[in-house]
Amino acid sequence: MDKSNHLLTIENLVKHFDISGGLLDQLSIEKGRVKRHRTIVKAVNDVSLFIKPGETLSVVGESGCGKSTLARTILGLYPPESGQVFYRGDRIDHLSSQQMLPYRTKMQMIFQDPYASLNPRMNVERILEEPVIFHNKSIRSDEVTEKVAEVMDLVGVDPKWSDRYPHEFSGGQRQRISIARALMVDPEFIVADEPVSALDVSIQAQILNLLMDAQEKRGLTYLLITHDLSVVEHVSTRVAVMYLGCLCELATVKELYNSPRHPYTKALLSAIPRLGVRQPKHIRLKGEVPTPINLPPGCVFHNRCTYADDRCIVEVPKLLELPSGTFVACHRVEEGRLD
Amino acid sequence: MKRWQRFKSSYFLYSFRRDPVAVSSFTVFFLLVAVAFLAPVIAPFNPYDTTIIDIMDAEIAPSWMEGGEDRFWLGTDIQGRDLFSTMLYGLRTSVIIGLGAVIFQAILGISVGLTSGYLGGRIDAFFMRIADIQFSIPYLIVAIITSAIFQLAFGVGRFEQMAMPLLIVIIGMSEWPKYARTVRASVLGEKNKEYVEAARVIGLNRRIIMFRHILPNTLTPVLVISTIQVAQAVMSEAALSFLGLGMPITKPSLGSLINAGFEYVFSGSWWITFFPGILLVVFTLVIILFGDWLRDVLNPKLYKG
Repeated sequence: MDKSNHLLTIENLVKHFDISGGLLDQLSIEKGRVKRHRTIVKAVNDVSLFIKPGETLSVVGESGCGKSTLARTILGLYPPESGQVFYRGDRIDHLSSQQMLPYRTKMQMIFQDPYASLNPRMNVERILEEPVIFHNKSIRSDEVTEKVAEVMDLVGVDPKWSDRYPHEFSGGQRQRISIARALMVDPEFIVADEPVSALDVSIQAQILNLLMDAQEKRGLTYLLITHDLSVVEHVSTRVAVMYLGCLCELATVKELYNSPRHPYTKALLSAIPRLGVRQPKHIRLKGEVPTPINLPPGCVFHNRCTYADDRCIVEVPKLLELPSGTFVACHRVEEGRLD
Repeated sequence: MKRWQRFKSSYFLYSFRRDPVAVSSFTVFFLLVAVAFLAPVIAPFNPYDTTIIDIMDAEIAPSWMEGGEDRFWLGTDIQGRDLFSTMLYGLRTSVIIGLGAVIFQAILGISVGLTSGYLGGRIDAFFMRIADIQFSIPYLIVAIITSAIFQLAFGVGRFEQMAMPLLIVIIGMSEWPKYARTVRASVLGEKNKEYVEAARVIGLNRRIIMFRHILPNTLTPVLVISTIQVAQAVMSEAALSFLGLGMPITKPSLGSLINAGFEYVFSGSWWITFFPGILLVVFTLVIILFGDWLRDVLNPKLYKG
């Protein structure tokens, strides 16, 4: 894979969280011996993918599957346990916060909850001008005002309201301000962590259209985290499906919706309700999602998969590129036993 | 100007106006502080000026009582100072020590709480254990040891000059863990919110995130405990002075006045202790009442600010 052709490349990214607490909480007595026991949540396991310039890559999966953790690890909010992140061929996951600064203007993030992502004690003008002034200390104040007005116009919030505080806006308007803040530093790449899931359905479409307009005007690349499959079909170029911290399948949106390969993707897509269509073959998965603290051995999906055999229990499937360009991690597909 | 407009139409002012307890306690507090700081102008005598003090005037009763003189409204103390003037000056001393101690403990406590809450881990554990230790040592012991060492090292004369800053530091040191814990608790709640992550994605450094983004969002509880802490500090100072560890009798605070008159209560000169005592009670009471109202009005469950 040529890394410099891709905007972002992730190789074997692993992120674990230690939730065992202090030393005293970790100690327990077993058979008369003091044992130290650690509890580790394996949030992202060995994920590799790449993002091409100008595309929208959606990451889907149920809650707790590590989508948000993946996004935050890419942006360096969490340090990864192992693995590498490359931005246009330059490795960025091990940089100090000082060295990371030039990349901060290129990569930005939009958050899920518009009520928590804006500082309640700052007015809109201060929220928007802060990133610009921080990254460009010599900028004149009239240029900043102009820029704030321009971006507010772009996201559809009247620049007259720039001295108002976040609590004076509705959820949709706040999300627009949140998008404006991300756009203030003229980024190339935006990670959107469930940007519409906290909004009313009627507002969701507006915000998605705003994101797509901004993409068209500014040539943005998106990494869109979501669990809403109808949103995915509407906006993305390619889709990555995650399950329990692992990447199951990565395909173009057409390929994925027309011929899903991974058993989990099949089950996921069959769960989309469709208007006017009677769906006879709704795939029901048995059991529950295992906890990411004790990952099942082998394929993480094996205990719920209808096609699982002995190999799936033992061996972790590798991500495999199919002739159609789809990447899939499944022994069955690899062996050709599943269409 | 705009800020003033915003303040005038705010819920804060609206509920203040509608609460008679808040209005009256704030008015009394404001009057007392104003009178205390205008003491050199208002007071009929200057109790610090030894040339006008006459020992023959000692223990004169308040003016409306038998043996009272019109010159001395509330009577005089054992050194012949006008009690009313001395109380005004004493209140000023108490207020300065109270506010000074609160500012001292707030600066110390807020910085420690903010740092340990935001950084977490070992730094957090270290600072919080220090705070626990500080909490477990009674401030009286600290005060006794400090003033004893200071008097031994620099002499009593120097101690009398340095008593005020020393009291500020002693009372401030004994109470900072309260601020540290309050701020730390709020920081732990705030630091995982998405606006902090947004600030990190922008690339802002820790100091800016801590002081510009997190700190303003943790100040509500700080404001509330500050009012209580001022009352507490004034009382602590009075207690220390009452025990003879605080302000010297030549520059009395309310506490040292109460102490000085205490020995004479049973010989009939009850006013030397009584009037400063009343003033102290009223002063701390109005602060606590105001703080109580502030806590209610800033409670996010009652009103979302």
